[in-house]
Amino acid sequence: MIWLAWRQFRLQAAIALFALVLVAVFLAVTGAHLRDLYDASGITTCRAHGDCAALESLFLAHDKVLRNLLGPSLLAVPALLGLFWGAPLLARELESGTYRLAWTQSIPRTRWLAVKVTLVGVASIAVAELFSLMVSWWFSPVDKVSLNRFTPGIFDQRGIVAIGYAAFAVALGVSAGALIRKTLPAMATTLIGFVAVRLFITYLVRPHLVSPNHLSAPLGSVPDVGFAAAPAGTTLMAGSPNVPNAWIQSNQIVNAAGRAPSGQYVHRFLQLHCPSIVETPSAGSRPAPAAFKECIAQLSTSFHEAVTYQPASNYWPFQAYETLIFLGLALVLIGFSFWWVRHRIT
Amino acid sequence: MIEFHLDARSGVSPYLQLVHQVRHALRLGLLDEGDQLPTVKQVVGRLAINPNTVLKAYRELEHEGLVSARPGVGTFVTKTLSDDSLAAHGPLRRELQRWLTKARRAGLDDESIEALFGDTFRTAALEVVA
Amino acid sequence: MSSVLEADGLGRRYGRRWALRDCTLDIPAGRVVALVGPNGAGKTTLLHLAVGLLEPTTGTIGVLGEKVSDTPAQLGRVGFVAQETPVYPALSVADHLRLGAHLNPGWDDRVAQERMQQLQLDPSQRAGSLSGGQRAQLALALAVAKRPKLLLLDEPVASLDPLARREFLQGLMEIASEQEVSVILSSHLVADLERVCDYLVLLTASRIQLAGEVEELLATHRRLIGPRRDIDSLPAGQQVIEASHTDRQSTLLVHTEEPIHDPAWAVEEVSVEDLVLAYMRQGTAAQRDPSPVWGVKR
Repeated sequence: MIWLAWRQFRLQAAIALFALVLVAVFLAVTGAHLRDLYDASGITTCRAHGDCAALESLFLAHDKVLRNLLGPSLLAVPALLGLFWGAPLLARELESGTYRLAWTQSIPRTRWLAVKVTLVGVASIAVAELFSLMVSWWFSPVDKVSLNRFTPGIFDQRGIVAIGYAAFAVALGVSAGALIRKTLPAMATTLIGFVAVRLFITYLVRPHLVSPNHLSAPLGSVPDVGFAAAPAGTTLMAGSPNVPNAWIQSNQIVNAAGRAPSGQYVHRFLQLHCPSIVETPSAGSRPAPAAFKECIAQLSTSFHEAVTYQPASNYWPFQAYETLIFLGLALVLIGFSFWWVRHRIT
Repeated sequence: MIEFHLDARSGVSPYLQLVHQVRHALRLGLLDEGDQLPTVKQVVGRLAINPNTVLKAYRELEHEGLVSARPGVGTFVTKTLSDDSLAAHGPLRRELQRWLTKARRAGLDDESIEALFGDTFRTAALEVVA
Repeated sequence: MSSVLEADGLGRRYGRRWALRDCTLDIPAGRVVALVGPNGAGKTTLLHLAVGLLEPTTGTIGVLGEKVSDTPAQLGRVGFVAQETPVYPALSVADHLRLGAHLNPGWDDRVAQERMQQLQLDPSQRAGSLSGGQRAQLALALAVAKRPKLLLLDEPVASLDPLARREFLQGLMEIASEQEVSVILSSHLVADLERVCDYLVLLTASRIQLAGEVEELLATHRRLIGPRRDIDSLPAGQQVIEASHTDRQSTLLVHTEEPIHDPAWAVEEVSVEDLVLAYMRQGTAAQRDPSPVWGVKR
């Protein structure tokens, strides 16, 4: 059976190997170039002394197009594996009728399926993770500068989550093939299902995987503090503090008791403590920096920014949990496929 | 080695057709004592008929004493029918030709001659049995 | 004589439709069995149940003395050629033989090689580019090289030209003569099967209409032609299968164990095809008219 599974997989494996080699060579060449740029940028020496924002943005301006292409294309890899390796596994045999040949040889259909799924599953995981490792290597100078490992789209390309994604995509493809019994509809279903689940988990599940840390940031230390006119008064806004490689999950301006101020309150406070600001028309013109700074200092006495965030140290637990979730989903789907094939295929 | 053929529309069952063809071959001298009949595999491979049909025919011939089956080797002719060959019955043939001439002069066509002969033949066969 | 296939009250339902119903059979070993019936009658369903691709909804089915199951031992004893003889188009002829060798412990490569030599197939040719007849022969070789005790074929010659059909049956009969194997082959064309089969099973509208040794069936059915007669006036031992009347004449197909003595009848033997057609017509008439109809079940 191993012989047959390999013989049927041969061509797909060759294509994947070819793609891997092609991409590897491309990444090696462009990655070396990127590293040279990084070494020449002077960022490492600058870092020792403090603010390197100018050098960093200069470095990040290089190869922007390539970066923007490489990133998203990797997201497609597990989906493609599910589509082209997972969906046809059962669907093609059921659609063309060859299952009537395969299942009347001397091996039970469950063993037939087990060997095929294992071969394709292991190969998919290996291919997806190899792509992930290669691209992670390529991006490492950029990651050292951007320090945004948790960002959706970047989190998915690094680390070990590709293992979970690939396993899930293939399992989804196999199940779709079992239920739908036709290759093209199974491929379409796999794609839609994969994207839907990935989006769901990224935005609705991932934030809750590990309980976040909390910190209070003084208003003077955060960027982009400002006011906006609102129907009920004035809204006070502020940006998130810069915590490298952390994931800011929420920030809110609150008073000492932890309550957010109402628009009315902010408006009255401003009238009282920052009269020069209030008098200036809202849109377009900017108040004098000194007056603004003084206003912020006033506000800081009553308000601070409450930030919930995932520290950089939580990165690998997140990777692990997400990988396990997808592996778990994959196992459930594969178990279902086996049951379906054993009892329901007629 | 003889070759069999089947007439699907003759109304005669296949195994009997095979038996007749062997007997016919023996009479004509196409098969001699010691000659091997085609193997079952060869016959069914050519005619696409059930092997049991051939086995039944060969068993019938064996029952009549004409052939003998040697397991693992084949089926071989043990007795010829050339003593009954048509050439040896000159007087009978001439008598038959005279009768046929008489029947035609009496106005019988081919079908009537066959019907008359067939009917008399069957009646005579029953009398022999009785 | 042992049974090669036994079914008792076997039935298979899809949703509300019964594909096969009340199927009771006892087919003796060593035969070449014709499974005939119109399209949709349940032939493929019965074969799939026998080979384990389907599970029964009701009743039981046993093959070679054991219940049909998914075990390697049982699978190794039954060879199957599915409808349209599926093969893997991308795999070569030699690959298919290797497939058989790897997946069947009972594989006898000599048999496979012998059949390949006879067929003169190019081993490196992709199975997708074979003709229909060649594909059928390849599928047959795959099924027999594992030396099964029972060979099931689902309409193997249905879409073949007459020459390919003849060649396939020649090959099949060679195999039947060499190996100790029982054969069940289904077809909706009866003419092919007359020379090849010695046991007949007729399925119409998901039910068994007729089953028995061909010799016995031919010996116990007669066509009677005579003056117009009411069929109820016939003796009890003569079961009318089919009757057709003109104003003067009646033609009946009867099943009877005893000779016909009534001199008014002209008695003729029937061919297998006549028999099958008559029972098929009764079977489909019964489907349309729900009142009970005669059917001979053995």
